[in-house]
Amino acid sequence: MIAFLIKRMANAAFVMLAVALLAFVIFRFFGDPVEMMVNEQATQADRAELRERLGLNDGFATQYARFVTNAVQGDFGISYRNQQDVMVLIKDRFPATFELVLVATVISLVVGIPLGVITAVHRRSRLAQALQLGSIVGVSLPSFVVGILLILGFSVSLGWLPAFGRGETVQIGWWSTGLLTPSGRAALVLPAVSLSTFQITLVMRLVRAEMLETLRSDYIKFARARGVPAARVQWRHALRNCLMPVITLTGMQIGNLIAFALVTETVFQWPGMGMLFIQAVTFVDIPVMAAYLLLVSLIFVVLNTVVDITYAWVDPRLRDDSARSGGAHG
Amino acid sequence: MSDIVLDIRNLRVEFPTRKGVLTAVDDISLQIRRGEILGMVGESGAGKSMTGMAILGLLEPPGRIAAGSIHLSGDRIDGLDDRALQAIRGRRIGAVFQDPLTSLNPLFRVGDQLVETIRLHTGLSRSRARARAKDLMHEVGIPAVEERIDSYPHQFSGGMRQRIVIALALCAEPELIVADEPTTALDVSIQAQITALLRRLCRERGTAVLLVTHDMGVIAETADRVAVMYAGRLAELGPVDEIVRRPNHPYTSGLMGSIPSLRKDVDELQMIPGSMPRLDAIPPGCAFNPRCTHAGPRCRRETPRIDSPGAACWLALEGEVA
Repeated sequence: MIAFLIKRMANAAFVMLAVALLAFVIFRFFGDPVEMMVNEQATQADRAELRERLGLNDGFATQYARFVTNAVQGDFGISYRNQQDVMVLIKDRFPATFELVLVATVISLVVGIPLGVITAVHRRSRLAQALQLGSIVGVSLPSFVVGILLILGFSVSLGWLPAFGRGETVQIGWWSTGLLTPSGRAALVLPAVSLSTFQITLVMRLVRAEMLETLRSDYIKFARARGVPAARVQWRHALRNCLMPVITLTGMQIGNLIAFALVTETVFQWPGMGMLFIQAVTFVDIPVMAAYLLLVSLIFVVLNTVVDITYAWVDPRLRDDSARSGGAHG
Repeated sequence: MSDIVLDIRNLRVEFPTRKGVLTAVDDISLQIRRGEILGMVGESGAGKSMTGMAILGLLEPPGRIAAGSIHLSGDRIDGLDDRALQAIRGRRIGAVFQDPLTSLNPLFRVGDQLVETIRLHTGLSRSRARARAKDLMHEVGIPAVEERIDSYPHQFSGGMRQRIVIALALCAEPELIVADEPTTALDVSIQAQITALLRRLCRERGTAVLLVTHDMGVIAETADRVAVMYAGRLAELGPVDEIVRRPNHPYTSGLMGSIPSLRKDVDELQMIPGSMPRLDAIPPGCAFNPRCTHAGPRCRRETPRIDSPGAACWLALEGEVA
């Protein structure tokens, strides 16, 4: 298990170095950083002096090493646009996106898994078929359309929930949370639901397909032959055998959601990283883009590592290699 | 007659399909007594597993019991709803399936699967159920129970897993065990151990066993009586010694001829020409008549049936086939 962990960590570190290289190349070679930083009145001498001070005359490897060293310490430089430390900008925005994605993921699992089980177990019933049909709509509706429809329904017509912003937030250290205030929670509902629609249908369809497969297996039939009640067979014995792909999917999708929440964030004017990134792109704010790229990759890598470890937790067969040879014979 | 545990009368299992109704089990009657092992033998598709599943109430829809009755120690158990069947499955009827590799849920410790089954049927506390699980594992011959109880199925060999499956079948001291090809997926040496185990449990506990297999050798070693199935029908029924020594049905003779023997020096094993008809193409009269060397006009006209020991063959029943 420890060897497994070390191997996974080394893999993750390697991936991060590769991504850092990419981010560094963008930062260093797409446009001239000096040109973007100085104002028009700067003399040639000023520029040369800045170039020297920024270390841009050093060799490629030295600059890359410095970039990685700084990045590890959370130093991505100063945003071109608003002259603020990039890390401060991200620290400001990250909690908003993270909470949005977290709540959307929880919604998609809490709603999607039971729907998947129900549609698999009662696959011939009308309700299951209606859900199955509805899920196609859910998969094919773009999330901004869902968002706009939700705003139209619950904010404009009914006036129940706010249509934009994050509501009141509470500061815990550098983390600003909206989960602790009523207005923060209310503001979270529509964006989270909008972001989770696609996920719900994805989880539901996946669980349904896996359940149909599992319910045909021998150990399910044998569990029934042992007299285990049907509901227990379905929700305990079968469902647990379906969770592996759901974990994979969820892990990957959390990364996707964080990276691509920008559509939802734009629709709901959610002050998250997506909005930050859109603004950075508009102003060619390279340090912010490089930091965003690295952060999103970091999240992907961490999630994938966590998913691998969770596998071992759910499925004992992946836990140890010694087990195969250790079985009793006869 | 109170020691009859399983009493099947004129059982008929049908599968409605788009092309018509297939009869997987056709008018079968048999009884199993306390402490008796009835071997049910036949080729794939002869209806032997269907009979087992019908007893357990586990026929896959659209399969259904179309006629006849099944009594367990006097209580009728066919046509019960799922809730009532749950109280019988595992409690009064234990099951052992063919493939021990796939019969156990891979994600649960074997001890937990045993404890779950014991508690479902007996209402014992967790710790007492665990003690009983250990006793059962010991009884079916699993060494080092203390260590093995918290192992996962993949940490056991095939034979050990089948022992666990048998322990699961025994959890609630059932009156009847339906063992569906319990040795088919195992090595020959392990097969002998498992059949010996079944036999011992059956003797010691007085459990009735329906042993479904396509292996006449297993039947000859294990069973007290044998029911030979052919195309969903009962071909021959009787004590295993008699049938092995002097089969009365031409199909049974063919089966016996196909068993290799160490004692007799045979150059070539006998073979029954042709193959068993598909369920949608069973010939009129005796289902075996196209392959039978003795077949006469009556065999093609009327279906011979038995509901007591004997052979479902006009030659055996009437002495002539005209």
